[in-house]
Amino acid sequence: MSDDHVYLTLAEGHEDDTRWAYGTGFEDPLHGVDTTVPDGVDACELADLCVSLADDALVSAQRLAEWTTRAPELEEEVALANIGLDLLGQARLLYSRAGQVDGTGRGEDAFAYFRDAGDFRNVRLAELPNGDFAFSIVRLLVLSTWRLAHFERLTVHRDPVLAAIAAKGVKELAYHRQYAAEWAVRLGDGTDESHRRMRRAQEQVAPYLGELFTAYDVRDEVVAVLRQVTEAAGLPMPVFRPLPGSGRTGEHTEHLAPLLAELQGVARAHPEAAW
Amino acid sequence: MDTTHSSPPGADGTERVLQQHFDATIARDQRIEPRDWMPEGYRKTLIRQIAQHAHSEIIGMQPEGEWITRAPSLRRKAILFAKVQDEAGHGLYLYSAAETLGADRADLTERLIEGRQKYSSIFNYPTLSFADVGVIGWFVDGAAICNQVPLCRSSYGPYARAMVRICKEESFHQRQGYELLMTMMRGTPAQREMVQDAVNRWWWPSLMMFGPPDDSSPNSAQSMAWKIKRHSNDELRQRFVDMTVPQAEKLGVTLPDPELRWNEERGHHDFGTPDWDELMRVIKGDGPCNAQRMERRRSAHEEGAWVREAATAHAAKQAARERKGAVA
Repeated sequence: MSDDHVYLTLAEGHEDDTRWAYGTGFEDPLHGVDTTVPDGVDACELADLCVSLADDALVSAQRLAEWTTRAPELEEEVALANIGLDLLGQARLLYSRAGQVDGTGRGEDAFAYFRDAGDFRNVRLAELPNGDFAFSIVRLLVLSTWRLAHFERLTVHRDPVLAAIAAKGVKELAYHRQYAAEWAVRLGDGTDESHRRMRRAQEQVAPYLGELFTAYDVRDEVVAVLRQVTEAAGLPMPVFRPLPGSGRTGEHTEHLAPLLAELQGVARAHPEAAW
Repeated sequence: MDTTHSSPPGADGTERVLQQHFDATIARDQRIEPRDWMPEGYRKTLIRQIAQHAHSEIIGMQPEGEWITRAPSLRRKAILFAKVQDEAGHGLYLYSAAETLGADRADLTERLIEGRQKYSSIFNYPTLSFADVGVIGWFVDGAAICNQVPLCRSSYGPYARAMVRICKEESFHQRQGYELLMTMMRGTPAQREMVQDAVNRWWWPSLMMFGPPDDSSPNSAQSMAWKIKRHSNDELRQRFVDMTVPQAEKLGVTLPDPELRWNEERGHHDFGTPDWDELMRVIKGDGPCNAQRMERRRSAHEEGAWVREAATAHAAKQAARERKGAVA
């Protein structure tokens, strides 16, 4: 490589925007895709489904982003960011789809930045604070297992756009689940302290497991995976304790509003700005 | 790791012959590889430089990492998240390059946390608005590129190869930062003010990233002779200024230096003198964010100790179970 190569090309006065990887006028992540809603698909239901799945992903990505510079090892910095980025990407595609089919034409940022906590439809497990690494791993294991089971079904959804988003997501989620499962086994089996922390994390997530299994019947699949992982980790099977209400109907814990305040603060301070 | 035993062909093993072989390799602009004999000073200098570089990548995640959760659009959030992740990746390969010289990542991390090894002073300044994310990309990654592109030809093979990949990613970050600023400069008056304010705060610390002036840079001469380092601090600083001035003009911001002007005779820009006392204060630990940066790194490391112990314990148990299984 020539000594001056990299920065000389930067200093050259290109006049067109094509050198920017994403372009500067990037507006529509589904550009070029046929986005007509097929006959027989209820547009409202489809939009609601996309928003709830997007909200789960965005809120989870926000929590994963909070791990940045706080992870127990550099490999975990990279892995947690990877998972967060995958989920953020899923959220963006799903919001875009929702905005196309709900008749509002809203873009991804309108959903992410200009709705209040009561309008979010994510499950409450996603919004709980990160806690320690054990809690984050238990939560990731549950959420990725549950989301993967959903996405596998959605790959044959009658809306081809949602089906395509799901097909892409399945590969990502399979990795997320694998990562979480490997850590669950390490921590369950590792030391007395890590085992104790995993038991405590399982207690902490228990009240939030009930609401995961109302919309679709993926419970058996999820339970089977969790059983396999907990057995390998020497941990008990988590209890599914019911808690009244559901994030899916806009009932949230006290933790969502502060999460959104941080996420939305700059965007709302400059509502006229483009970024 | 003992790497001093591998003798070059035909050598009789004496230090003098090994040294001659090493000197000849450097003179031919060939690479020194991990198993080659090298003088202790060369090894120590490289470990210090690569470790300091790795620490800078890891500490450097903090100033911008603060803005991932607050990025004002999902696209910017994704870009920033990926950038900060890249820095963790750079830290990883640099620690690995240091390990080829017999250093140990855990030990280097301890040295950082105990303040026995440094990281780039630039990361001790605060990020006060989202425009800082763009300006860091433009200035700090831009300065890093000026510093690091020549390191792709560093005489030590693993370091040089790591730098090739790192430079490609840094140049991507630099463009992303600049592209954010272009978008903001086309935006509202408040956005333009944010950009100018960030430029004002980051310009001088960015010039200091190239280190003290050549006449007071104690380790430079030996590093140049060993071809670990290829250009002097002042040379690189000049390149950075010359590269940045036209970009600032295109962007429509003012660089905060009244002495900055084109010098036809030299074919370079003249510019003012950075406050070297400030650089020394920041290096010694009295910058605006030194304590905060170290505290975050220390607490992440300490709070992660039980996780690393658990992983080690599990691996040991697993190995024991496999041995038992093999016997049975």
